[in-house]
Amino acid sequence: MQNKIKKNLKKRYLQEKRFKFMGASSISFAVIFLILFLTLIASKGYRAFISHEIALEIDLSKESIVKNSDLSSAYQDLSTPDLIEQISYHHLIRQAIREKYSEEKDAAKLNSLYKMFSEIADFSLKEKISKSPELLGSKHLFWLDASSEIDIYLKYKIDANLGENQINVINDLKEKKQIKTIFNWQFFKNADSREPEAAGISASLIGSLLTMLIFLVFAFPIAVMSAFYLEEFAKKNWLTNLVEISINNLAAIPSIIYGLLGLTIYLQFMHLPRSSALVGGMTLFMLVLPVIIIATRNTIRTIPQSIRDGAMALGASKMQIMIHHLLPLSIPGIMTGTILAMSRALGETAPLLMIGMVAFIADVPKNFSDPTTVLPVQIYLWSDSPEIGFVEKTAAAILVLLAFLIIFNLSAIILRNKFERKW
Amino acid sequence: MWLVLIAIITTIMLSLNLKCKIKKLREMQVLKPRFTSLTIHYVYCFVLWAFIFVGIIALAPFSDIKKYFLLILSLSFNFWLISYFYKNKFNAKKHIEAAGRLVMEAAAGIGIVITIAITISILFESIRFFEIVNIGDFLFGLKWNPQMAMHEEQAVSGSSFGIIPVLLGTILITLIAVLVAVPIGIMAAIYLGFYARVKTRNYLKPILEILAGVPTVVYGYFAVIAVAPFFKDIFSFFGFDIASESALAAGFVMGIMIIPFVLSLTDDALNSVPQYLKDGALALGSTKSEMIKKVVIQTAMPSIIGAIILAVSRAIGETMIVTMAAGLVAKLTFNPLDSVTTATAQIVTLLVGDQEFNSAKTLAAFALALVLFIITFIFNIIALMVMRRYSRV
Repeated sequence: MQNKIKKNLKKRYLQEKRFKFMGASSISFAVIFLILFLTLIASKGYRAFISHEIALEIDLSKESIVKNSDLSSAYQDLSTPDLIEQISYHHLIRQAIREKYSEEKDAAKLNSLYKMFSEIADFSLKEKISKSPELLGSKHLFWLDASSEIDIYLKYKIDANLGENQINVINDLKEKKQIKTIFNWQFFKNADSREPEAAGISASLIGSLLTMLIFLVFAFPIAVMSAFYLEEFAKKNWLTNLVEISINNLAAIPSIIYGLLGLTIYLQFMHLPRSSALVGGMTLFMLVLPVIIIATRNTIRTIPQSIRDGAMALGASKMQIMIHHLLPLSIPGIMTGTILAMSRALGETAPLLMIGMVAFIADVPKNFSDPTTVLPVQIYLWSDSPEIGFVEKTAAAILVLLAFLIIFNLSAIILRNKFERKW
Repeated sequence: MWLVLIAIITTIMLSLNLKCKIKKLREMQVLKPRFTSLTIHYVYCFVLWAFIFVGIIALAPFSDIKKYFLLILSLSFNFWLISYFYKNKFNAKKHIEAAGRLVMEAAAGIGIVITIAITISILFESIRFFEIVNIGDFLFGLKWNPQMAMHEEQAVSGSSFGIIPVLLGTILITLIAVLVAVPIGIMAAIYLGFYARVKTRNYLKPILEILAGVPTVVYGYFAVIAVAPFFKDIFSFFGFDIASESALAAGFVMGIMIIPFVLSLTDDALNSVPQYLKDGALALGSTKSEMIKKVVIQTAMPSIIGAIILAVSRAIGETMIVTMAAGLVAKLTFNPLDSVTTATAQIVTLLVGDQEFNSAKTLAAFALALVLFIITFIFNIIALMVMRRYSRV
């Protein structure tokens, strides 16, 4: 009998071990997946934050500028802003390249040398001169943006798009230390573009910001008032039950249906501007409203009844209790709920696709009714392109998005830990 | 524009004026006021009604007459209010609180308004769709080819709007997702709840919350870039025929996305099991795993089943992962290595593009959305009922 029990016990302990192992491996699976996933995206995207610049000595003397632009030599002072606009930086750069490689006479090779600098180089030069006009009048060394083909070659060693003998030129420049690696600010300053090297996320960042502003302005007051009403003032009749059921249902509806709702009501019925931050914010507001309401209600429920009773005993009316006592006490919880709702809204793509944010937007939006795009939609649009430039930009944009989300979630957690009161 | 600014400034000045006047009047009064209104309540009343009047006048079609009208209105209102108070008949506090309550009721009503708006808008467009396409063909047809109908510009032939392949695709991907998410989620919740140390638990919970917070576009991108090629390599190595946009890849990634959802719901369910049940099982000599398997899970089973149903509902409604990682051609197959499409992906493809709003193509998206809405609604209600009715605690 003893043996039987002993054997059975062994079996049961083994079962226990296996069960525990299964549990541990499930958690490890989730954690390993997260690590893999972050590493993969970081490895694909970190190179988008790097770009290269090449040194070039440019002659900014008056004769050189006049020769290469359309300005007459009568102008004395070339450093006024409108004259700076008219200088042809493109030709200045070409002249400088000609001077640097003066022994190169072959036209095709010279052309490929011109192509070493990207189109953005013209704008960079103009910016540098506008910032410090005293550079005009003599020769200076400038670091200008390299072309995207050179960028890709230096990052990935793919030389398919380089012109003739550009590789030799690049190695030569590397030896003379005339190529340098810098942080790619263009990624954050530029809006979207058809060229992968000129594409940036500035328009989508500002679009996301505007959309979130609109949705906050609508969602926060309405959700808080609604939650307080349902908790404090509503009588327990069928109408209140209906409101509660509908709010709980709204929280579980797939997000794309809100997009359809936005499409029919805001675009078709109210004829608001398509793909604008206004419509996007209002669609997101409908999406996230139930979440904030539910979070606020949970916060209000944790406030003990004694506070309400005490205030009422001192003669406060229900409204006064709410404004002076419940609202200040529940603000930490409300803020946590709102920040989590904002982080959810930041990542929503499907409803915004429905209201038309799928267009190619090349300008930064200036007000709430300009067509914009948001960061997750930008990621979706870029993910279709197979060019290496876009692949790395997509991954980098994902990293930026994740960084924002981590900031939001961390601040929600910190807020919760710091201000939450345990009754 | 300027009018509103002037009105606001006038209102503020007048309200301060009113406040001082009422204070002086109160101090002069011999009798104590009968109501508990404070001075400030009268000022709030005045400001509220001033705003209402200014709003109405600003939208009214008069021109400069407005300005004078407005000023006269504010002043007279000011005096009217003071005289009213002076006769001690006006309970400002009750008044302003009733107004506040009205605003809050309206805010709460927006919840219902949105639900009704969703239902009406989807129903409306779907009914227009069903005028073009027969509802029987739609629900039971076996071919889904909306693009073709547009090219031929004919009366839509009955067989190109059948949703059975689309529904089958949805079911397939959802099944894979649930098969991935539910075992892992439940086992992870059990481990976190019963076996992990407190410190480990404090670290792991935020990490899993990060997994829950990642946007679905990012999961979709990951599915396209890493998971689909991975599965393609593995299965091709063993000689199986797999599409590059397989249902397996999309379902797998969707399952991972749902894991935190299942985990938190199951965690809540396991925590709600009373301590005496767990203690009793341990006291009778069971190992921890036996206690969990035989007591805790059985007790929490309704909530766990509710969690599973909610996870299914969430998976059905997921859009971005399937739009990016699953195919866009509806196939009548249950093979996970094939590329299928889901209802949500079809809605996206139909509506993202040129938008002639009355074509059968775009209206089909609304019909699909109706089906989606009804299915998720039913699932949510079932989950709620299961959790409530069979709860054994």
